[in-house]
Amino acid sequence: MSTVESAGVVDTVGRAQATPDEPQPFAELGLREDEYQRIRDVLGRRPTQAELAMYSIMWSEHCSYKSSRVHFSQFAEKSPKTDRLLAGIGQNAGVVRVSDDLAVSFKVESHNHPSFVEPHQGAATGIGGIVRDILAMGARPVAVMDPLRFGEASHPDTARVLPGVVAGISQYGNSLGLPNIGGEVVFDPCYQGNPLVNALCVGVLPVSRLQNMAASGVGNVVVLLGAKTGRDGIGGVSVLASATFGDDAGAARPSVQVGDPFIEKLLIESCLEMYDAGLITGIQDLGGAGLTCALSETAAAAGLGMRVALERVPLREASMLPHEILASESQERMLLIVEPSKLDEVLAVARKWGVLATAIGEVMPPAADTGPRLIVDWHGATVVDCPPGSLADDGPVYRRPMRPPADRDLVAVDRAETLPRPADAEELKATLLRMAGSPNLCDKTWVTEQYDRYVRGNTVLAQPEDAGVIRLSEESGLGIALSTDGNGRYAKLDPYAGAQLALAEAYRNVAVTGANPIAITNCLNFGSPEDPEVMWSFGEAVRGLADGSAALGIPVTGGNVSFYNQTGMVPIHPTPVVGVLGVLDDVSRRLSSGFANDGDRILLLGETRPELSGSEWAWQEHRHLGGTPPEVNLVAEQALASVLRRAAEVELFSGAHDLSDGGLAQALLESVLRHGVGARVRLPDGLDDFVWLFSESTARAIVTVPRGHEAAVRALCEENDVPWQPLGIVDSKMDGLDVDGLFSVSVEEMREAWQPTLPALFDRSATPAT
Amino acid sequence: MSPRIGVVTFPGSLDDVDAARAVRLAGATPVSLWHDDSALRGVNAVILPGGFSYGDYLRCGAIARFSAVMETVVDAARGGLPVLGICNGFQILCESHLLPGALTRNRELHFRNRDQALEIGNTGTAWTGAFTPGQRIVVPVKNGEGCFVADTATLDALEAENRVVARYVEGNPNGSQRDIAGICNEAGNVVGMMPHPEHAVERLTGPSTDGLGVFTSVLAHLGATTV
Repeated sequence: MSTVESAGVVDTVGRAQATPDEPQPFAELGLREDEYQRIRDVLGRRPTQAELAMYSIMWSEHCSYKSSRVHFSQFAEKSPKTDRLLAGIGQNAGVVRVSDDLAVSFKVESHNHPSFVEPHQGAATGIGGIVRDILAMGARPVAVMDPLRFGEASHPDTARVLPGVVAGISQYGNSLGLPNIGGEVVFDPCYQGNPLVNALCVGVLPVSRLQNMAASGVGNVVVLLGAKTGRDGIGGVSVLASATFGDDAGAARPSVQVGDPFIEKLLIESCLEMYDAGLITGIQDLGGAGLTCALSETAAAAGLGMRVALERVPLREASMLPHEILASESQERMLLIVEPSKLDEVLAVARKWGVLATAIGEVMPPAADTGPRLIVDWHGATVVDCPPGSLADDGPVYRRPMRPPADRDLVAVDRAETLPRPADAEELKATLLRMAGSPNLCDKTWVTEQYDRYVRGNTVLAQPEDAGVIRLSEESGLGIALSTDGNGRYAKLDPYAGAQLALAEAYRNVAVTGANPIAITNCLNFGSPEDPEVMWSFGEAVRGLADGSAALGIPVTGGNVSFYNQTGMVPIHPTPVVGVLGVLDDVSRRLSSGFANDGDRILLLGETRPELSGSEWAWQEHRHLGGTPPEVNLVAEQALASVLRRAAEVELFSGAHDLSDGGLAQALLESVLRHGVGARVRLPDGLDDFVWLFSESTARAIVTVPRGHEAAVRALCEENDVPWQPLGIVDSKMDGLDVDGLFSVSVEEMREAWQPTLPALFDRSATPAT
Repeated sequence: MSPRIGVVTFPGSLDDVDAARAVRLAGATPVSLWHDDSALRGVNAVILPGGFSYGDYLRCGAIARFSAVMETVVDAARGGLPVLGICNGFQILCESHLLPGALTRNRELHFRNRDQALEIGNTGTAWTGAFTPGQRIVVPVKNGEGCFVADTATLDALEAENRVVARYVEGNPNGSQRDIAGICNEAGNVVGMMPHPEHAVERLTGPSTDGLGVFTSVLAHLGATTV
């Protein structure tokens, strides 16, 4: 506690002018000496305690993107031009048009560090934050997804983190009435001290309801809507998100916010009602950096000033000081800009839903001499007086040093293709079953059954399908497909390729539903940007993603960067997580996975090569990570997507499933287990049986073709230059999978391998009631 | 004119849109009822939908029981108005003492969402007439506190009076006593169930269309022509 606070004196602007040499704790707040000096230059005096708190959080890595910003110009430069894009990077979330009158907003964000410190609340408020971003665009949130990455499955701390994270997502998302339609659960020791808890939300809006954050209109009222402001989450972005954990992570627990999904649900309904009644001029959610961020960003976006009476903010604790109120990250709050004539109606809607709404300030014209000012008063005394743009837009920008890893060449030649392989058919079968039971490939039901996937009644596909599909219109059948993917091992071996492989997989997962991929979002999870090797991998991943977006012809609409994901000096694998959004004109024609109909032909689409470096097989069977990841071929991905989309439109396929982690072996096993319907297959010639089964070559899918459609499918593949191989036939009389000349594996054997892994690790059932 | 079926929205209700859709697909007119308004707007039946009313603070359904709308619903139910409580609605009916027993934390100690096989028991209620006794249906179940408990005498009475409307089969998802998934009051006009028939009304979005029978049942009960 500083001397000012303990003396009970509020540090006003006047006091700051009178005491220019008072020492200030800028270093403790994460500011460098030169950054502190810049603040003094901007203000022409020392900052007040409240101003110092505001600059320290707005200029933190998390808010200012100071290390990543120089790389992001690539997205704008390389991004394909499309008239679908209604809001892009820099907005609360991207918005893309999906029909003449409907648009979709979607974005993925990280809540990694809070989820390690306090798994339940960390993960819960991660959902809360991304949902408010989507809401702020004018959209009704309609679904969420969670890409999750944990340490070793059997590590004792994973048994603390995973159940807490899953319960937090379950409790918050389910209470909001948002179906959870997909995501990932991945285990790797590199995430042991730093799990990745990313959250995606998607919402839908009439094009005409698009909102913006600008606090425009001099004289308009600034309204704070939602929960009371408390002392939780102070310093969340600067303490948690912009620094590396030491051994005292538990001490950071008060920096984690505490969520109340019930209030968020009421916030959603009241905001939507206000949008529809045309009551809102501008809106911004309060997330990281709380009121500080919302006030400065809304004012800066309008190029106007703002005057706020901070004592009007409803508090949970009356003793809170101005800098605490400005920095608090209490959840479930939105900032509204409202015309004075509409204020009463806004307050009435809030009252109807039982949500607090308080007028706290006013939009001001720019000052004649000093331009727009953000002025915050506290019981009549001014505690903040600064240009809003200096907080929101003019943070420091660093071109951090970058250096490829020293061992890059050595790792590249340490290829998994030379590792010992299963020697005979019996070992192949044993490998298939061991892999299926491994934490990364096993049944994820223990996690996904904790999520409501049915609420709102528009979920057409959800986990374990390759992508989630949501119906937007019951009348027209218009819908969207979404997938998120990432592979840290691939990105570790080659971050440029790794980012493109994540993009390719998400794109393919959307395509196998028959949807047309149209937009990209991303969450870039990396170690410390102050480590040149991490920064190099970050630069490569951004370049890969930007080039991939250009090659596929779909824009990056927004995203999130999470740095400082490391334990001590050891960073996580570079982990770009990529989300792709697709459109289905008629969701009733979507393709789903799994063998279902007797006699359907099974085809393998795409080219298989001996590609095992970075694969699930190399990792699970040999704990090996080396070589170069599978070749990226975005032209082949586009061709495959064209075939899938066309076949879905004219109903040539009865099902489709993407090939990725674990290769063909895992895809066949999952297809059998989906409905418990068996199949007889014969591996094609030309490659080793083992390579057919376990290679992770990209741009591949297995599809099932009803009898009579084979010729049309072949013609379609040839027309699009997509290689295809007949694999076999769906056979309901076959118990499980018969791989001709090699082995048979029954449904029971597969289930016994695939299902018990997560329950055995994480189940904590109570004694049954009698 | 098709029957008007009220769907109550409490703060925190979530499956109200789904219940209204199911009513519409069954051929009736859904009517929105608001927690803070005791008017039942001339409806012929009422559905209390799933969700987390008032955040489920204190206890699931404990606060909803005291809402303005519930005062009228409880009176009307005692007078014979068909009332269906689904999930949180079932919890509210128990808290309101329209139905016996209580719903407690799942045996698994976490929320579970799965496609659940049920065996229909009593088909003489306002909400189950479209089924046959012993019929097996599949509808989603999704709850964190769906474990039905009551004292032995109450359980025995429920069974003796044929007031078990549905039981879990092929696995009990939450530890409910005697696999009870749904029950009715003595008159059969009030039914509570943890599973969600409103999520099984369309082939495209549900595991089956078995749930539709619950909503067509009440139309038949009301003497209307159903589609």
